[in-house]
Amino acid sequence: MSLQIEHLSFAYREHRVLKDISFSLNLGEFLSVLGPNGVGKSTLFRCILGLLDGYTGSITSHGENLASMSRREMSRRIAYIPQLHSPPFSYTVLDSVLMGTTRQLSAFAQPKKAQIMQAMEALERVGAAHLAERDFSRLSGGEQQLTLVARAIAQQAEILVMDEPTSALDYGNQLRILQLVRDLSREGYAVLISMHNPQHAMTFSSRILALMDGRVAAEGKPEEIMTAELIQKLYGVDVDFMHTQNGRVLVPVIGARA
Amino acid sequence: MRTEQNHRSGMTRSARRALICFAVLCAALTGLFLFSFVVGRYDVPITQVIRILLGRFLPLEETWTANMRAVVLNVRLPRIALACMVGSCLALAGTAYQSVFQNPMAAPDILGASSGACFGAALAILLGFVRGGVTMMAFLFSMLTIALVYLIGSRTRGKRSVSILLAGVMVSSLFSSGTSYIKLVADPSNELPAITYWLMGSLSGARGSDVCFALVPMLIGTVPLLLLRWRINILTLGEEEAATLGVHTGRLRLAVVLCATFLTAASVAVSGMIGWVGLVIPHLCRKLVGNDCRYLLPTSMVMGAGFLLLVDNLSRNLMATEIPIGILTAFIGAPFFIYLMTRKENML
Repeated sequence: MSLQIEHLSFAYREHRVLKDISFSLNLGEFLSVLGPNGVGKSTLFRCILGLLDGYTGSITSHGENLASMSRREMSRRIAYIPQLHSPPFSYTVLDSVLMGTTRQLSAFAQPKKAQIMQAMEALERVGAAHLAERDFSRLSGGEQQLTLVARAIAQQAEILVMDEPTSALDYGNQLRILQLVRDLSREGYAVLISMHNPQHAMTFSSRILALMDGRVAAEGKPEEIMTAELIQKLYGVDVDFMHTQNGRVLVPVIGARA
Repeated sequence: MRTEQNHRSGMTRSARRALICFAVLCAALTGLFLFSFVVGRYDVPITQVIRILLGRFLPLEETWTANMRAVVLNVRLPRIALACMVGSCLALAGTAYQSVFQNPMAAPDILGASSGACFGAALAILLGFVRGGVTMMAFLFSMLTIALVYLIGSRTRGKRSVSILLAGVMVSSLFSSGTSYIKLVADPSNELPAITYWLMGSLSGARGSDVCFALVPMLIGTVPLLLLRWRINILTLGEEEAATLGVHTGRLRLAVVLCATFLTAASVAVSGMIGWVGLVIPHLCRKLVGNDCRYLLPTSMVMGAGFLLLVDNLSRNLMATEIPIGILTAFIGAPFFIYLMTRKENML
């Protein structure tokens, strides 16, 4: 099991955010986490990434406990693709991707030719090799997100964790990034991703985990668990499902009385 | 594909540009270094300067007078060496602080290292310490201030990069008031002028012993920073992102802050309060070679050394009496910083 979460609970002081969450993630899977704002998706991810301690329950990878791993060991297993933001200092795209290879280097070492090759290969994989010399801060949002995906590939970890990676992107870029990540999962990465848009979760996921009130509300294949009842429960809105030749489509029912 | 080949050889356009910049700056610094021996009230021709300097290592025929030798080796060399050392250390410390606190405004002066050193020096002068004691006290208080700032900053909630800066401003102002109080109670006939002069910052009267005193902490600060320069890049991404890339952020940040503080404390201890170098030079270098610390740190050092050497030459030759260098760096630094900020392509 690439990633196994068992009975995970977490509280900020008195406020219990995650309550007894268990699920697992295999290589080749694309697991989407759905749930309303504030349900604890980010907290869950931060626990998995080792950025929060003090949780109860266990998070293991291939039977080894993540909590007892060093930062370097963790980064060998899990790569994190953050939401777009603008750090104060910007680097070239190649250097940004090169940062993904840091875990291979000792503290006093500089990246060598081997790391630069890996970074270039990662950029080629996401189709952004032509951006290598550009300055990260001057790229479009879609290009920046591609760069961050490339950085995660250069990190050579088997699990990719993405926290609402498409929230700052336009419609086309959202779909292109998600398609790229789904392709990566089919190539063997284990992808754990939180999403706002249930339609995207249905289209791209191999499995969906729905969180409500800090607990797992539903878990399973999209066609099995995505129902109007679940959407009503999670988001408090009514939806209809339509079958098209490109798959099942979710349509919001906007009340006529409003 | 040409760019493709560039990457295979491990050299991007921006890296090549940075290396060229660095080489040009090194050449300029060498020229300025030699030229600095020539300027001054006592004339020494440049050829003699080079021969005297080389004569220390090579068996050269003595074509110079004893006076020339004394001026070059005992008067000008310590001062020039100290200007280069202090300049490069302040610029390096400023660059490191900016990266580690992810804040382009972080600088030794703002974090309180300078005002702590000033307080220590003023206290030492008040207590009647001699020169070495003053330097030592300045060094210790500078370290103490940063330790305090770091402790306060890491105990507050919220974004640490911001809270450390705020803590710096507070602690800095606390020590400044302390310094003011010492000036108030100091003997106006001898202690007060000594304190005031020290606070203005000066490299005049630099001696070989100052160079030796500063050299050890400066090396202790510089070497680890240069070795860690790739990792410092990762820190600028922020705590969580850096951690997921496999970096022990807490340890690394502490190491970088400690080194930068050593540099600042050693610099301020031997030269007094020399502001602006740690803020302006890093920004100028970021414009020239980009933010990649692999090139930025060495470039900042060379640029800082050259800048302070140039300003020190002005300070000792511009007028009949020497102008304290701290005043000149502010006169030059502040308007230049405004220029950098208001340029079309601004980065702040």
